[in-house]
Amino acid sequence: MPRIIVCIKYAIDVSQVKVDSATRKLLTADAPRKISDFDENALEEAVKIKTKYGGEVIVLTATAENASTALREALAMGADKAIQIQDPKIQNADTMIISNILAKAIRKVGSFDIILCGEASIESYSGQVGPRLAEVLGVPIVTYVSKVNLEGNTFTVERRLEDCSEVIMVNTPVLLTVTKEINVPRVPTLMDIIKASKKELLTWTLEDIGVKGEEIATPSIRVIDVSAPKIERKKIKISGESPKEIAENLVKALIQEGVIGG
Amino acid sequence: MRAGEVWVFSENLDLTLEILSEGRRLADKLQTELSAIILGCNIKEEAEEIAEHNVDKIYFMDNPAFKSLQTEPYLSVFMELAARHTPEIILIGSTKRGRELAARLAARLKAGLVQDAFKFEIDEKGMLIASRIVYGGNGVALITYQAKPQIATVPPRTFEKAKPSDKQADIISLDVKLDEPKTKVVEVKPAEVAKVRIEEARVVICGGRAVAKKEDFKMFEELASILGGHVGVTRPLAEDRKWFSEWVGLSGKKVKPEIYI
Repeated sequence: MPRIIVCIKYAIDVSQVKVDSATRKLLTADAPRKISDFDENALEEAVKIKTKYGGEVIVLTATAENASTALREALAMGADKAIQIQDPKIQNADTMIISNILAKAIRKVGSFDIILCGEASIESYSGQVGPRLAEVLGVPIVTYVSKVNLEGNTFTVERRLEDCSEVIMVNTPVLLTVTKEINVPRVPTLMDIIKASKKELLTWTLEDIGVKGEEIATPSIRVIDVSAPKIERKKIKISGESPKEIAENLVKALIQEGVIGG
Repeated sequence: MRAGEVWVFSENLDLTLEILSEGRRLADKLQTELSAIILGCNIKEEAEEIAEHNVDKIYFMDNPAFKSLQTEPYLSVFMELAARHTPEIILIGSTKRGRELAARLAARLKAGLVQDAFKFEIDEKGMLIASRIVYGGNGVALITYQAKPQIATVPPRTFEKAKPSDKQADIISLDVKLDEPKTKVVEVKPAEVAKVRIEEARVVICGGRAVAKKEDFKMFEELASILGGHVGVTRPLAEDRKWFSEWVGLSGKKVKPEIYI
């Protein structure tokens, strides 16, 4: 019976980020947090595998803030156990540090057959933690998985790329990063939520998993600025007496700008 | 001390040419050499062609192991090359394969990686500053590196292709022991895509969640055919409503049309 670890990010809800109109800076501190979208797909897939083959689903997150609410939600969706590695120092961690923290936490959890991650986070859509984690743990990885089938200890998965899909066979233990197409995450029922309140939710410190101060103090990259993008618009207003005339004027303006041929 | 080389790689050779032009600019600024890493199966002619595009060196390996496009053989070459030379900057084409390769390479080299960078600068200390879009398009982040090599991926159509020049690059043939992939490709299915690749389209008419019915896309198609363009949709229409198989945006097709409606 597979032991499945799902890594999630307690991420900023990007649809609710506001911009300070004076400084063009993003007010990320005020934006609400949630489980990153693709990570919900990873969790859903883990629960589906468990329903079919049995086993255990453990949700893991490395977070600067307390992510208990999101982890309770994960438990309501069907995870058996949730663990957060929480430390304010994680705020400035890059994907290298996050993947090292997750690897150490996974070693403390013990053995595993499958690790599932989202293809990337909604915040940065960088897609580094999954591949980096696989390298640190030394396990095979398949990224952008849109379909899975498990038989014994062999996965047959479909991987969605730009111009094709690959069907890939790989043995466990394995790390898969999943796309949004793989499933539709369930909405927990009231019963699920009540059951989740009795499940185990652990908070570990960096010391608990043996991460030393210097390991987290030296990220590989540093974000020096985040601002709202400046989109220069020419603000040309096309007017006319009739729709036909407006259309003609629009075409004239586009020809003038050189975007369409005259 | 002279700066290390700037390396450029993509399994997509067109994309290699695009990144080479930006690689040239950065290498000139750092007064160092620009190298392209060309790996594949039966691609000697392509490598010779790329050698004529204002690049100093080509690290070249032709091997059937690259045919399945799996990541491990590429990683073997990069790790061997990185052990012999100390590159300053590694630019990799941002396809999904490239994004995975870059992240795994960065993990092995304990290096920083910026995915999908669309602009580069060199600061006064000679370190790279990369710009990328974050928070679902709400922000542009400027990111700097704390160590070398400095790795970044570059999306298609970000930079103009390098132009041919009189300079002829040295082609250095590599003989590296390649790791076997841990994944086995059993089938490759072509994606259900429209006749025209939307990335190449000069005119894109894009619809979003405000479009009430799938039938309303007939209007989009009509406008697209008049303007000689291509219809695109946002991710919710493709994924949640399943009206289309591909979408435009950060996680989908990156377009760079002259007209976008």
